[in-house]
Amino acid sequence: MTEGLADDLRIEGVDDIYAELIEAHRGLDAEQSLRFDARLILLLINQIGDQRIVREAIRAAREAEPPS
Amino acid sequence: MGSYRYPRYEYRPTSDATAARPVEHETVVVGAGPVGLAFALDMAQRGRRVLLLDEDDTVSVGSRAICWSKRTLEIMDRLGLGDRLLGKGVLWNTGRVFFRDREIYHFDLLPETGHRMPAFINLQQYYFEEFAIDAALAHPSIELRFRSRVTEIEPGPDGVLLTVESPQGTYRLHASWLIACDGARSSLRRHMGLAFRGKVFEDRFLITDVQMQADFPAERWFWFEPPFHEGQSALLHKQADNVWRIDLQLGWDADPEEEKRPERVVPRLRAMLGEDRPFEIEWISVYTFQCRRLERFRHGRVIFAGDAAHQVSPFGARGGNGGIQDTDNLAWKLALVQEGVAPESLLDSYDVERGAATDENILNSTRSTDFITPKGEASRAFRDAVLQLSERFPFARRFVNSGRLSVPAVYDGSPLNGPDRGDFPAAMRPGSPCTDAPVRCGGTEGWLLHQLGREFTLLLCPPAGTEPRVAAAEAADALSDAGLGVAVKTIGGDPACDIVDHRGVATARYALAPGTAYLIRPDQHVAARWRTFARDEARAALARAIGREV
Repeated sequence: MTEGLADDLRIEGVDDIYAELIEAHRGLDAEQSLRFDARLILLLINQIGDQRIVREAIRAAREAEPPS
Repeated sequence: MGSYRYPRYEYRPTSDATAARPVEHETVVVGAGPVGLAFALDMAQRGRRVLLLDEDDTVSVGSRAICWSKRTLEIMDRLGLGDRLLGKGVLWNTGRVFFRDREIYHFDLLPETGHRMPAFINLQQYYFEEFAIDAALAHPSIELRFRSRVTEIEPGPDGVLLTVESPQGTYRLHASWLIACDGARSSLRRHMGLAFRGKVFEDRFLITDVQMQADFPAERWFWFEPPFHEGQSALLHKQADNVWRIDLQLGWDADPEEEKRPERVVPRLRAMLGEDRPFEIEWISVYTFQCRRLERFRHGRVIFAGDAAHQVSPFGARGGNGGIQDTDNLAWKLALVQEGVAPESLLDSYDVERGAATDENILNSTRSTDFITPKGEASRAFRDAVLQLSERFPFARRFVNSGRLSVPAVYDGSPLNGPDRGDFPAAMRPGSPCTDAPVRCGGTEGWLLHQLGREFTLLLCPPAGTEPRVAAAEAADALSDAGLGVAVKTIGGDPACDIVDHRGVATARYALAPGTAYLIRPDQHVAARWRTFARDEARAALARAIGREV
């Protein structure tokens, strides 16, 4: 059981995953990219399956770039 | 002016230039850069004569390759230059990453103890070359000809006819083997009409050497979008003699000629270093990075190494270090072929092993460059997201890619690899470069790597109840008719062993147990290993490792 949102690395091969992620956006325009990311996030949220963690992640993402 | 005095090497007249017919040389190396020099020194140490031709009469202008990895230092140590490089180089272990106006994290290369060499030193390429030239000039088996430019080559089945332009005029000579170490703009590659395929990154970087008195620590500092250089990246790294390397990303639209003018460069540096810090510019260059390679490195009797064979972007220090590993791989193979011990086909394994290493280097360097120069909005958004999360979330730091620093390739899947027999961890599997360890030999403290690398070595842990001397004699007898020298060295805690592992570090790093045997190639890569030395398997593994049909 995790206490809360993990801050340590939990996946191997980060460079591979990152390259695949960027590659998946290739050929998409800005609008399509945004929609792709939205689908991806929904899939991952469901996979995480923990409301509390997802809420914490939403908050962390928001706090990393406060609205100007 | 300047921190470094460029040596001028004199041209020594040769009778080759006045001979009636092209004089025969067994091995001719073109290009006396780090790669050509390391190769020549390696061949000479293996008892082969080498003629090294260079069109210039001095060393590299500008610092160029500056980060030398542990593996490079180990190879150069084997070639006798380890102490000199360590003595002049700048040791560094810490890297700091900045995003906009703040440091988001730092990392330590965390070198384990128990290695003779550090993870990295920084040293200007001109020093590396100067030290290697000193060693080459002192070696009786190396002839170094400066101001000698190869203008034409005619490859044939038994070698290559070269036309050389020199202060004595134009003359021809014949090389049984021609090793092209003439750099990224290789003229030999052009003479052969070989395609150099890959990718050019649409970006430009200003690269400068600056001499200054500064109390910045000897660390690697990398900025993404710093306030002093808006929207771009910057790198600061210390070299010897208080010379600092500064890289500034300029973008694709920058005019390379315009950006090289000191009137343009000085304000950029002042913005970075502070208005009142005195500095002197030693070198200015504007680069576009490329990742390209030859499809094959061996073309009959012509073999390419270093940047002539493959080119990478500098992030990760994989250019110079990759090239030195090429020579480490090639020299022992060519020496065995020339001695008639190994078939010529052994050289194809150079292509396989260093080809795979090149692909690894290109992949890593391409990814770093893509991270530093994101293409498209999505790519930039993810890059910025990684940087924004890095300060608070350590996991995100692992995604930051300002260069994945050079590590030696493991030759997994090489045709030269023999059995990995028994219960072993993955570390030190066949194809791996040997890891160093502190050991004691003949009563004195030393290093394991100093015991490996002249020839093939069988590292043997005496089986329980067997005297080291007896175990060694038995193994030596098994390998005696292979037609090449194999050094059998016993290792273990027993003071009667050739290599005494008094601190147990080698035992841990190699997972040694009584009976364990490692067959190690002359380039200090593992060829095969067993829990129990088996006569027939060891003979077969040795034959395989030198490319004989098994």
